[in-house]
Amino acid sequence: MSTATLSRTAPPKSPAARAAHEFFSNKLAVIGVVIVVALMVFSFIGPLLYQTEQVSTNLMQADLKPGEDGHPLGTDGLGYDVLGRLMIAGRTSILVGLAAGVLATILGTLWGSVAGYLGGWVDATMMRIVDAGIAIPGIFLLLVISAIVRPSEWMMVLIIGAVSWLVPARLTRAEALSLKSRDYVLAIKATGGSNSRAILRHIIPNTIGTVVVNATFQVADAILLIAYVSFLGMGLQPPATDWGAMLTDGISSVYSGAWWLIFPAGIAIVLIVSAFNFIGDGLRDMFDVRGQS
Amino acid sequence: MSTTIVETRQVPALKVENLVVDFKTKNGTVNAVRGVSFSVAPGEVLAVVGESGSGKTITSLTSMALLPSTARTSGVVEVDGHDVLNASASAMDAKRGNVVSMVFQEPMTALNPSMKVDKQVAEAILNHRGVSKAEAHARAVALLEKVGIPDPEVKARNYPHQLSGGQRQRVVIAIALACEPRLIIADEPTTALDVTVQAEILELLRNLVQETNTALLLITHNMGVVADLSDRVVVMNAGKIVETGTTVQVLTAPEQPYTRALLAAVPTLPEAQWDTVIAAERTKASFPEAEVKEIVAVDPVLDMRGICVDYASGGRKLRAVNDADLLINRGEIVGLVGESGSGKSTLGRAPLGLVPVTGGSITLFGGNALKASKRQIRTLRSRIGIIFQDPGGSLDPRMTVGDSIAEPLVMHGVDGRRPVRSVREARVAELLEAVRLPAANAQRYPHELSGGQRQRIGLARALALAPELLIADEPTSALDVSVQDEVLTLLLELQKEHGFGCLFISHDLAVVHSVSQRVTVMQHGNVIESGATSRVLQHPEASYTRHLLASVPSPNPIMQKRRREARFALLSSKDS
Repeated sequence: MSTATLSRTAPPKSPAARAAHEFFSNKLAVIGVVIVVALMVFSFIGPLLYQTEQVSTNLMQADLKPGEDGHPLGTDGLGYDVLGRLMIAGRTSILVGLAAGVLATILGTLWGSVAGYLGGWVDATMMRIVDAGIAIPGIFLLLVISAIVRPSEWMMVLIIGAVSWLVPARLTRAEALSLKSRDYVLAIKATGGSNSRAILRHIIPNTIGTVVVNATFQVADAILLIAYVSFLGMGLQPPATDWGAMLTDGISSVYSGAWWLIFPAGIAIVLIVSAFNFIGDGLRDMFDVRGQS
Repeated sequence: MSTTIVETRQVPALKVENLVVDFKTKNGTVNAVRGVSFSVAPGEVLAVVGESGSGKTITSLTSMALLPSTARTSGVVEVDGHDVLNASASAMDAKRGNVVSMVFQEPMTALNPSMKVDKQVAEAILNHRGVSKAEAHARAVALLEKVGIPDPEVKARNYPHQLSGGQRQRVVIAIALACEPRLIIADEPTTALDVTVQAEILELLRNLVQETNTALLLITHNMGVVADLSDRVVVMNAGKIVETGTTVQVLTAPEQPYTRALLAAVPTLPEAQWDTVIAAERTKASFPEAEVKEIVAVDPVLDMRGICVDYASGGRKLRAVNDADLLINRGEIVGLVGESGSGKSTLGRAPLGLVPVTGGSITLFGGNALKASKRQIRTLRSRIGIIFQDPGGSLDPRMTVGDSIAEPLVMHGVDGRRPVRSVREARVAELLEAVRLPAANAQRYPHELSGGQRQRIGLARALALAPELLIADEPTSALDVSVQDEVLTLLLELQKEHGFGCLFISHDLAVVHSVSQRVTVMQHGNVIESGATSRVLQHPEASYTRHLLASVPSPNPIMQKRRREARFALLSSKDS
């Protein structure tokens, strides 16, 4: 009764609009969005306003403390300005993280929904491939590949995408299995609709809750993965860098008290990963509410 | 001493006075119950009837103090003379299951699937009585016997999934009875059950109330159940009591227009000629009229012969449909009835290619639907429309209503072409008008519509390609009776207008009677009986059909008494 009267008074609202309203009433999620946006502005617009030399080294300016000689966060052992370096490193981390996360999500969603919807031997084959993939530790695979080819940014995206699509594939398959027996999907099948219509128009849009939530965690994980790889010295070729690589460079100065080489990059990683996790939590709550009502 | 006995007898098992229940929600206050008063005497069965949203379930939950914390209540609720509304949580824990207990709708979820049934019954005893485990177990077995579980010693050691649906509900009733409560609240106790099982459970409840002098508060939407079981009736609508009275008076001579409208919407079965039916059952005779060939293929849209459907489960084959025939002529509505597991839905899905057909032939619009090419099948199926049971599940929640209705047009094209937006919108508006909904609804999403509106949308989508055959699988089972009445009326009007053939699958014999010209009865995957609706429902030839008909409770208490006697007579002739 209550819902009927409420829906009559409320103007028609798409599920997306309702979901957005729900999302923005979650404080932590909003904080997450603010942090991500702030870090993006910092990394992409920052270098335009605060221009520094980040290609050639300048040993005359090496190891300056914060505030010295016009360097707010000091310089590192090669004379790069740390604040400026934090910006261009963030560009790599965020771009590669987002791209790899999105790539993994798209690949995984398509794979999982096709396997789940078609079922039978197609499903069995596709999912055994996923099982095999999950059995190999992603970080190990990443290190081996990085050892063979010194990766560029886009190479990193491909490699991280290739190791992290497995989880979304499993999640989507589970969703597709339950969705394919829904009446609206049966109706399409029964009245002569094609498989691609059922998958693209009905299965995937209805897995969006699970998929979007997982995607935010994928992005956070990808950023961490780049950090790991770079930290272990298998990342990008200098002078290109990312937050993980900055940490590695700084770690050698840890005993000389050069905190500014470690904290800024470390805090940036913690911030962006937490922010994406907050967003993911917020999205999950939002879709949970939708499921209950 | 003697005075106290007299006094306790006068205390009603449940007294509700001026009960008001509000819920605070994000979008304001919802008044669920607005000033309701009634009482139930010991040994009395009071039925509270109403459609969804009438406040009947909230009233029953209040009596158990099981309302969510967002609820605010005022008024008086007393169980066996004790206040419930202001009782402490621990005081209520001591009462629940002890003084007042509950029978739930869905026995499978009311029982713990990983616990043997005797343990579950014993648990209810141990909660309130300081007896040893052995005593509790012995009492549990005795209770299981009392509620009519065969071999109670053996069945007591079973898990819920090893019992049938009816037996599970008997266990739930045994748990409710465990501490000999003063009041049992039964919220739709038979709604999840088949009619033949429902008849057994109703019989059990009737006997138990008579034996134990327990009061029974029966919450239901089913007028037949009310007629069968209750002494008095409270009719609720929008949180208020519309009418109160004895069952016979309210159901046969209702005073209020709302009650009259509600009763008028309940589809009824014609009374079978019970005397002749029972006599025929005794002598195993069939009716002479039944010999006449009733099913003639005039202009068949669907002709299925010898259909077998096998499901493979764990290396074993499970035969869901066995050698079934079904014929539907153009412009004819054929009812397909059966209880759950009878294979009626499976047979209905065979022409749609949704189930693995392992034998027989399917002729759709004169073409062989099993041997045709993929392309031909696609074309054949574009001439079928379907509606499903759950109006919530049959529409994609992420698509607007307009997109859902237009989807078949996009899939199969209009005049051999993919329709442009304006053509699509015009056709959607036309279809919405056909199902008596404003065209503005095209922009809305399914969650913004009521169940009845969604089912109309489902109907509009099914009609989008002007089908020659409509397959309706329990299209009104999830709806309230008044809404069901509207949807059925609409379906009949549209059928007359467009002249499509229709397969109407339902578990409800009365609904099938109100729409179909012919009827086919199924049981355990087999077609038991087919023929003209009036003949099958009044002169049933098969023993199963007779039993089924006698199990459907009539909303008229006097008729129901006769039907109940007929059911006994049929059962006893079966045993002899």
